[in-house]
Amino acid sequence: MTIPFLIIAFVTLVPAAVAMALRNLIHSSLLLIASWAGIAAFYFWAGAEFVAFAQVLVYVGAVSMIVLFAVLLTRHTRIDAGLAPDSIGRALAGLLAGGAVFGVLLGAVLSTPLRVGAKAAAQVPVKRLGLELMNHHTIALLAIGILLTVSLLGAVVLAATDSKGKGATP
Amino acid sequence: MIGATSFSPLLLAAGAGADSFLERLPLVIRDTVAGVFPAPLQWLVGSTLSIVAIVAIFGGIFAGLTLVERKMLGRIQNRPGPNRTGPMGLLQPIADGIKALTKEDIVPRSADHLLHYLAPVALLAFSILTFAVIPFGRNLVPLELDAAVLYFFAAGAASELAIFMAGWASRNKFSLLAAMRALAQLISYELPLLLSFVPIIMLAGTLSMTGIIDAQAGWQLGFIPRWYIFTPWGFAAFVIFLIAALAESNRSPFDLPEAESELIAGHLTEYSGFKYALFFMAEYFGMIALSGMAITLFLGGWRAPLPFLEFIPSYAWFGAKLLVLLLFFIWIRGTFPRLRIDQLTRLAWKFLVPLALVNLGTAAFWSLTSGWSGALQLVRWALTIAMVIGPFVLLGRGLSGTHRPRTYRYA
Repeated sequence: MTIPFLIIAFVTLVPAAVAMALRNLIHSSLLLIASWAGIAAFYFWAGAEFVAFAQVLVYVGAVSMIVLFAVLLTRHTRIDAGLAPDSIGRALAGLLAGGAVFGVLLGAVLSTPLRVGAKAAAQVPVKRLGLELMNHHTIALLAIGILLTVSLLGAVVLAATDSKGKGATP
Repeated sequence: MIGATSFSPLLLAAGAGADSFLERLPLVIRDTVAGVFPAPLQWLVGSTLSIVAIVAIFGGIFAGLTLVERKMLGRIQNRPGPNRTGPMGLLQPIADGIKALTKEDIVPRSADHLLHYLAPVALLAFSILTFAVIPFGRNLVPLELDAAVLYFFAAGAASELAIFMAGWASRNKFSLLAAMRALAQLISYELPLLLSFVPIIMLAGTLSMTGIIDAQAGWQLGFIPRWYIFTPWGFAAFVIFLIAALAESNRSPFDLPEAESELIAGHLTEYSGFKYALFFMAEYFGMIALSGMAITLFLGGWRAPLPFLEFIPSYAWFGAKLLVLLLFFIWIRGTFPRLRIDQLTRLAWKFLVPLALVNLGTAAFWSLTSGWSGALQLVRWALTIAMVIGPFVLLGRGLSGTHRPRTYRYA
């Protein structure tokens, strides 16, 4: 029971750690994607089949593309050597932001009651998952849907005004 | 059902076909071989046999398909195609394989060696993973998953990563351009691909491949199969799926990432020898897997097209449908010119995505009116067909407003 979990934890954490240490940004992002795949493997091991596939589809399939596009479009040189922060202020801001995220996550982990037991988790059919989402969590689902639609429309508007501004005076 | 009584002998024959010896033969072979081994190892041997069968059969189909494709393209272009190796060029795949194996494997000095090596391997591995959930026959599902459709697209989603790795690691401007093109194209066409099969899942009420095929069982009027392609929304979704599948598998007319004439084969530029062959294998595997998906979702899976043909084993029907779809893809390749990148993305975002969304509404209407009968049934069909054709015509007119078909005076 624990050996697969240890392997999955190794596959998830080691690429993430190495990604932070590497100087090559493309290698880092590819390792980050490997780490996301490890998280998907963890969901699969925990019996959450649907969540695992969704994780692969969204993170390994889509978010990875955004990360790679961002790296390719923003960097001029192939290998970036700059590991040291530009200024003390930036380093402090980075530490503050990272520390805040870590604090929130740690608080959430510590305050969540964990039920420890040998009982194997029951496989939930996808159909029941869907019905549950559509009946009890409709509001949340709709809110997320509207949020994503608004952000998509915002992206379209940004892209559209950008190309039109060339001929007319904006 | 109307024809149930008049066609009863045929239905009896169908019942016999479901459990015939040929139908059970693959399972019998697997269980016999697995039975030789001690009980704790049997599941392992059984799974290994499935994997070996998949790799061997689809590897064979890949080899045959390269020859068929070259022959067919030759015929389309009014030339004989390969005809020197063996009788009628039949041994050409073997010659190609030997050539690929013995060629020198050249890696550019400044390339990223690890990623350059990993890219074709990863691409092939991901494309083979997608075969795991496709039902090849009545009892031939390698992996029965509750969320099989999601698994298929999750496994396929990683292939764009591999293409990116290949393009970036080659350290070649053509390769990098191709990688960027591939990313843009694959992201654009993922959306219509996913949207096109949402109506199927809505109507079938399941993400399981077996469940979707079961939902397409039975006959209308006694002989028309209840496949989803024979409904108006299903047909529209099938066309969208086919176009998006062509783009997802980098096939012509969407082969911009490897455009031979402008990008000198794009991400394949710096690949030679067997790595190059692996890329080709992965492309064909992807095409075969997407065809298998199209068969499962729209063409009734392994089901026979007519009631009295059900004595033919189910995997033969799957193979026949697969062959038809693959030949269709080759035909498309021989017929259509390549799109430009702006035409390609415009087609996806302005045409296919809105049509797929409208189609979702059409399918919802179809599902809500399933109780209508008699004259209302005709109204239902007419309304749904109008909901499919109307947006298609309006959107097509709207998008091609200023562009008229080109006329040549001195052609």
